[in-house]
Amino acid sequence: MQSTSRVQLVQLLLFGAALYVVSLALPPYWTGLLTEALIWSLFALSLDILLGHAGLPSLGHAAFYGMGGYAAAIGFLKAGCGFWFSLALGVGAAALLALIFGLLALRTTGVYFLMITLALAQILWGVAYSWRSLTNGDDGLRSITRETTEFLGLRFGDTGDYFLFVLAVFVLAAAAILVLLRSPFGQALRGVRESTERMEALGYNTWLYKLLAFVIAGALAGLAGVLFVFNKNYISPEAAGIVMSAEVMLMIILGGAGTLFGPVIGAFVIVFLSYLVAELTERWTLILGAIYVLVVLLAPRGVTGLYEDLRLRWKRRSAR
Amino acid sequence: MSFWLIQTLNGLSFGVLLFLLAAGLSLIFGLMRIINLAHGSFYLLGAYVAIAVAGKTGNFWLALVAAPLAVAVVGALAQRSLLNRVADNELGQVLMTFGLLLVISDVSLLVWGGAPLTLEKPAALEGSVQLAGAFFPIYRLAIMAFGALVALALWLFIERTRLGAVLRAGVDDPEMVQGIGINLPLVLSLVFALGALLAGLAGALAGPILGAAPGADFAVVMLAFAVVVVGGLGSLKGAFWGSMFVGLVDNFGKALVPELSLFTIFVPMAMVLVIRPTGIFGRS
Repeated sequence: MQSTSRVQLVQLLLFGAALYVVSLALPPYWTGLLTEALIWSLFALSLDILLGHAGLPSLGHAAFYGMGGYAAAIGFLKAGCGFWFSLALGVGAAALLALIFGLLALRTTGVYFLMITLALAQILWGVAYSWRSLTNGDDGLRSITRETTEFLGLRFGDTGDYFLFVLAVFVLAAAAILVLLRSPFGQALRGVRESTERMEALGYNTWLYKLLAFVIAGALAGLAGVLFVFNKNYISPEAAGIVMSAEVMLMIILGGAGTLFGPVIGAFVIVFLSYLVAELTERWTLILGAIYVLVVLLAPRGVTGLYEDLRLRWKRRSAR
Repeated sequence: MSFWLIQTLNGLSFGVLLFLLAAGLSLIFGLMRIINLAHGSFYLLGAYVAIAVAGKTGNFWLALVAAPLAVAVVGALAQRSLLNRVADNELGQVLMTFGLLLVISDVSLLVWGGAPLTLEKPAALEGSVQLAGAFFPIYRLAIMAFGALVALALWLFIERTRLGAVLRAGVDDPEMVQGIGINLPLVLSLVFALGALLAGLAGALAGPILGAAPGADFAVVMLAFAVVVVGGLGSLKGAFWGSMFVGLVDNFGKALVPELSLFTIFVPMAMVLVIRPTGIFGRS
C-alpha cells in the first residue's frame, strides 16, 4: 500500500509534467479543452472518494459543484469579492452544504441513498432556477471574469496561464486525495465500504467517517465548481442538475471507480469526445446516451477494470 | 372563490396524470429496485406517438390506445434486452436508464423536431361546463374521471387478482416467489411494460392540454420522482396521495408564487425526506 501510493504520487507528477509539455505545443483552443478536462477530472476524483472508497453512490454530486460555482459567482458579482475570496467562499459554501446534505442522506443506504442525494440536488437546482433576484434564473450569471487576477506571474486572463493554475490546483488536490486515502482515515473508509457492521464492531464510528468523507468530497467538488465558473465566466442551474451528476458518475464508471487515474481517464475521454463529435454531427446527446448504456453493459468496472482483466489473462497464458 | 375551485380542479387533474406516471415508477422500483429515470421519456414518447397517430388517422381514441401500447413495447424491449442483463448492479441500472433518457430525447428531437406539438381534443370533449360561477374545460374533468378509473383498476389488479398477488409477493420475497415455481423474470418484464404503458397513457392524455416538447421528459420525471419520494417508493397508495399533493402544490405554487414555483415542490419533498426518508406511505 505504502509503495503503491508513492508510485502513484510520482505518476501524478509525471502526468502533470506531461500535460504541461503538451500544452506548450497546443493552440489556445486545445489548452482550453485541457483546462475543462482537468476541472471535470477534479470533480470526478471528488465523487470517487464517495463512490470508489466509501461505497456511497451519490447521484447528486453536482449540487456541491453548483453550490461552489454559484457562491463564488455571487460573491464576485454582488459582494465585490476578488478571485481568491470568491474561491474560498465557493469551497466553504460547498462544504457547508455537503455537511447539511450529508446529515440528511446518510440516514439511508444503497438505492435509497441514490434517490435522496438526487432529490436533495434537485432542491438546489430548483433554488438556482427559481430565485431569479439572486441567481438570474435559467439565464444564469455572466461576466464572472478572471482578467484582473494575477498570481506568481501568471495572468489568469490568458488561457495558457489559467490552464497552468488549474493544472497546479489539480495536481495538489489529487495528491492530497491520495495521501488522505492512504491514511488510516482512507483505510477505515474502505473498511466501511466492505462491511459497516464489522467496522462498528471494531469500535469505529462509521457514520462520522462517512460524513467526513461526504464533506471533503463536497468541498473538492465545490473547488471544481469555482474553477469552472472562472473558466467559463458563466454559470446556470444546469451546473447543479441531474445531467451533471450523472455525467460525472459516468466518467468514474467509464474509467474505473476506486482508482486514481480511472476518473481522470473517464473525464478526458468524455470531454474530448464531446468536442470531437460536435465537429462531426449534432447527435452528441444520442451518442452520450449510447455510451451510458454500453459502459454499464460491457465495462461496468471501466477501462482500468478491462485492463486488469486483460493483464491477468495474459499473465495466466504466459504462465502456462 | 372560483379562483380556488378552478385551481384545485386544475391541480387535481394534473395530479391524476402524475399518478399514472408515479404508479409505474413506484411499481418498477418496488419490484426491481430500478430508479427509472427514463420514465419521463416514456411519457413524452406516448405524447408524440399519440400526436403522430391522430395526425395520420384523425382519430383521437385510436391514438389513445395505440400510443400506450407502442410505449409498452419500447419499455419491454428496454427491460429485456438491457436492464435485465445488469439486474444485480443498482447503480448501473440507474445510469442505463439515464442513457436511455438521452437516447430517446435525441431521437424524438430528430423525428418530431424542437417545436412544441399538441394533440387535437376529440369533439365530444370540447367545451366547458359551468361550476359555481366559473367555466371549467370538460377535457380536464374527463381526465380526472378516467384517472380515477385507472387507479381503481390498478388497485383491483394488485389486491384482487392472482398476478397482483404474485407482484406483492415479489416485492416482499423474490426468492420465495421463484422457489414456488413462478416465472419471476416474465413478471418483471410485464410490470416494466405496464409501467411504461401507464406513462405512455399519461403522455397521450396530456397531449391536448400540456402538449409535447423537448425537455418535458426531464421535467415530468423529476415531478414523478418528487411524488414517489413524498408518498413512499413501492407503494401505490403513496403514489396516489403523493400525486394529488404534488399536483395541487405545483399548481397553486405556479398560480400564487411563480418566482418560487419549483421551490414549492422540492421543499415539501425535502421535509418528508428529513422526517421520514422512506416516504409517508413507504415501508422502512
